[in-house]
Amino acid sequence: MTVLAVGAVAAPVAAAATQTADATSSEICDPTSGLPLPSIPSMFEPASPPAADIEALTWLLLGICAAIFVVVQAALVHAIVKYRAGRAAVDRDGVPGEPRQVYGSNPVELAWTVIPIVIVFVLAMTSVRLIRDIERTSPPEGALAVTVIGHQWWWEYRYPELGIVTANELVVPANRPVWLELHSADVNHSWWVPQLSGKKDCIPGHTNVLWFEAERPGVFLGQCAEYCGTQHANMLLRVEARDDAGFDAWVRGQQSPPASDDDEEVLRGREVFLALACQACHDIAGVSEGAFGPNLTHLMSRSTIGAGVAPLDRDTLRQWIDDPQTLKPGCNMPSLELDDAQLDAVVAYLATLR
Amino acid sequence: MTTLPTTPAETVADRRAEPLSARLHLWAITVDHKRLGIMYVLSGLVFFLVGGLEASAMRAQLARPGNDLVSPEVFNQLFTMHGTTMVFLVGMPVLLGMGNYLIPLMIGARDMAFPRLNAFGFWLFLFGGLLLYYSYIGAQGLYGTSAAPDVGWFAYAPLTDRTFSRGNSTDYWILGIMVSGFGSIATGANLVATILCMRCRGMTLMRMPLMAWMMLVVGVLVLTALGPLTAAQVMLLFDRNLGAHFFDPQEGGSAILWQHFFWFFGHPEVYILILPAFGFVSEIVPTFSRKVIFGYPLMVAATVGIGFISLSVWAHHMFAVGLGPVLDAFFSAMTFMIAVPTGIKIFNWIGTMWGGRIRFASPMLFATGFVAMFVIGGLTGIMLAMVPFDWQVSDSYFVVGHFHYVLFGGTIFAIFGALHYWYPKAVGRMLNETIAKWSFWLLFAGFNLTFFPMHISGLLGMPRRIYTFQPDRGLELWNLLSTAGVPLQAAGVLLIVWNLLRSHRKGAIAGNDPWDAWTLEWATTSPPPEHNFDEPPTVGSRRPLWDLKHPEDPDGRYE
Repeated sequence: MTVLAVGAVAAPVAAAATQTADATSSEICDPTSGLPLPSIPSMFEPASPPAADIEALTWLLLGICAAIFVVVQAALVHAIVKYRAGRAAVDRDGVPGEPRQVYGSNPVELAWTVIPIVIVFVLAMTSVRLIRDIERTSPPEGALAVTVIGHQWWWEYRYPELGIVTANELVVPANRPVWLELHSADVNHSWWVPQLSGKKDCIPGHTNVLWFEAERPGVFLGQCAEYCGTQHANMLLRVEARDDAGFDAWVRGQQSPPASDDDEEVLRGREVFLALACQACHDIAGVSEGAFGPNLTHLMSRSTIGAGVAPLDRDTLRQWIDDPQTLKPGCNMPSLELDDAQLDAVVAYLATLR
Repeated sequence: MTTLPTTPAETVADRRAEPLSARLHLWAITVDHKRLGIMYVLSGLVFFLVGGLEASAMRAQLARPGNDLVSPEVFNQLFTMHGTTMVFLVGMPVLLGMGNYLIPLMIGARDMAFPRLNAFGFWLFLFGGLLLYYSYIGAQGLYGTSAAPDVGWFAYAPLTDRTFSRGNSTDYWILGIMVSGFGSIATGANLVATILCMRCRGMTLMRMPLMAWMMLVVGVLVLTALGPLTAAQVMLLFDRNLGAHFFDPQEGGSAILWQHFFWFFGHPEVYILILPAFGFVSEIVPTFSRKVIFGYPLMVAATVGIGFISLSVWAHHMFAVGLGPVLDAFFSAMTFMIAVPTGIKIFNWIGTMWGGRIRFASPMLFATGFVAMFVIGGLTGIMLAMVPFDWQVSDSYFVVGHFHYVLFGGTIFAIFGALHYWYPKAVGRMLNETIAKWSFWLLFAGFNLTFFPMHISGLLGMPRRIYTFQPDRGLELWNLLSTAGVPLQAAGVLLIVWNLLRSHRKGAIAGNDPWDAWTLEWATTSPPPEHNFDEPPTVGSRRPLWDLKHPEDPDGRYE
């Protein structure tokens, strides 16, 4: 039985390792941004110093624990096999007599008290040291500051130095540290992109900080890791690390006002947006000032909708506005029951927000 | 010197002659620790089946990504009720109930110290549990529908605030658990008083069975840990219903305060759930290895040590909260430290088996399975104490795998071992050994198939408590395997239930001491008479029945 358990440990870990190895060899590219997309965005493919440190630590820990596991289970299996009573002895009447009674042994018990103490002492010191190495209390030099605000069930990102407000997709420059300040607008959330760093909770009334530095351009995926209500499962995270030129272009795009379009349907869509409840929740620079839902000023610069629940295109946008509850049941955006003409107009308007 | 009076045969036949209503009435008004213990275990097992059904529904939903078998709302209720049920309505009552049944017999007492308080505690637990489940019918959730609580078993603020949890399902969670918690506090006090004051002549503290030591520490932990939870629940009730703001950050309260309160209860709670299991295994392993427990004094010291250290490790549930490097380091170190006494226990059990003559009857199978599985849960626990690693896997399926190895592979396996071991004592008949072995192997295979892959899905980035998972993240296979283990486990559990039911009538007659064991409970009849022993026994060592069976070589001279 225990031999099986040993195999059970080794096989999946090896399989996981092979899978991650495959991921690096066959890179897939994100359709909208063209950035490389890993097949398994896990902590075993770190792309940032904190995540790399933790990955190294993980293999060390797995190694130590596997060694202890093997020693203990081997002792157990040995005892089971060697000291198992024969069939005759199972019958109570046939017991030939009791084995020698051993009440304890001071040297042996001392050994299996002291050796574990030494092991956990070393582990505790490693833990203390790595906490200090990874957790920073002040921003790294030259870091880009971003404020993260968790909402039920989407992410708001503010770049105070750049005057940018966006939602759900964090765009950062590669090879430059990023300093996140984590807040929540409602309940607890947790920001977790395994390839970039460990997770950190977003707690109302409590400011947390987290840093990472993407070592290469790419798309890094994660999701909210603290249960936050109905749609916790679809509170997805997406970080795009771009090269300097790409990031500068993105910043310029976000800082410019959305292009205006004089198309009749677009204007009608804008009227619908302002006349109905849309504007009460959504902020569009120069148009509306809602703060409850995601900022839509440059909606179409993003590649997903509903905090990652679907890829963003005109079809999903229309479906979303028609009834968000089909794509993300329980989310806080209601269906406004627009007729087809209104839907077409609103979609036409939102599609101009690039 | 050990003296053991004989007890007259039970008057079972007389009782069977009475009408059913009279017999049920006797159960309802009883203050007998044995009847209360049996009722604890039976109601705990019923809740176990309910909690298992909830888990099965969750695994069915997570068999593949994007499944829509249950809605997000229902899924969130399922994991909340599953966790709450398994901790408060299965683990606690079954373990405290077994303590209730066994402790007076093991220490040679007539009953618990406070029999009426004992009955009060049981009925509070049962009605607390029923109140929680009444939420499925009576609570109001969103849109006027009925709703079970959906805030998770640790009910983090401010999700529990009226703003985010409308209706009254969260109030059902608070009240159900609070009521059953009062029952647990009563039982905890009773256990401590019984063990300290009711031991028979000759049974010094250092001659108690290890199980009694474990239950003593459990009693102290219940008294220490349940109070803060109850207090926090009262505050939460005030927040929700009287406009207080203890946990409401928008009005100056603190959301993190709830986490401290909850885990100050929640971590000792883990040891409340595992120490009795250690106790069962410490009784079963010597009996079936035919050897005295190895290193009794060190086992006692390790138990007491765990009791103390378990009160200062709670914030290891909160490494991602951002408590700062100093607190993170402290709780990390304390958590590593608790691994030492826990390791000692594992080594001492293996030391007991070493050189023995091991019979693998069903109780020993479960006990050995416990040791093997608990080692895995303990090692992943050590990994989780490493703070930076925890930052990655905290709140992921790695943690779900970890604590199921501790609480299912650990506690539940030990409970099943204990059921197979003491069922003959409580019922007077043996369980069917063939069925028992089938149920063990089915459970063992199904358990590992379900819970081992969870470590991997967690390492690959799957958070817990999500009703669906993303298809592009390498999680499909591991989730499918986890689901595939469910039917095996269900078959194992149903076989056990069937065995318990059928052996009640059909099992072979057990006799007083079917396992050739050494502790006092095997000296009386099976089932024991209402007063346990005709005359209070006197013991001269840790193994009074060994002394009787081997007068030429009594234990006392080695202790």
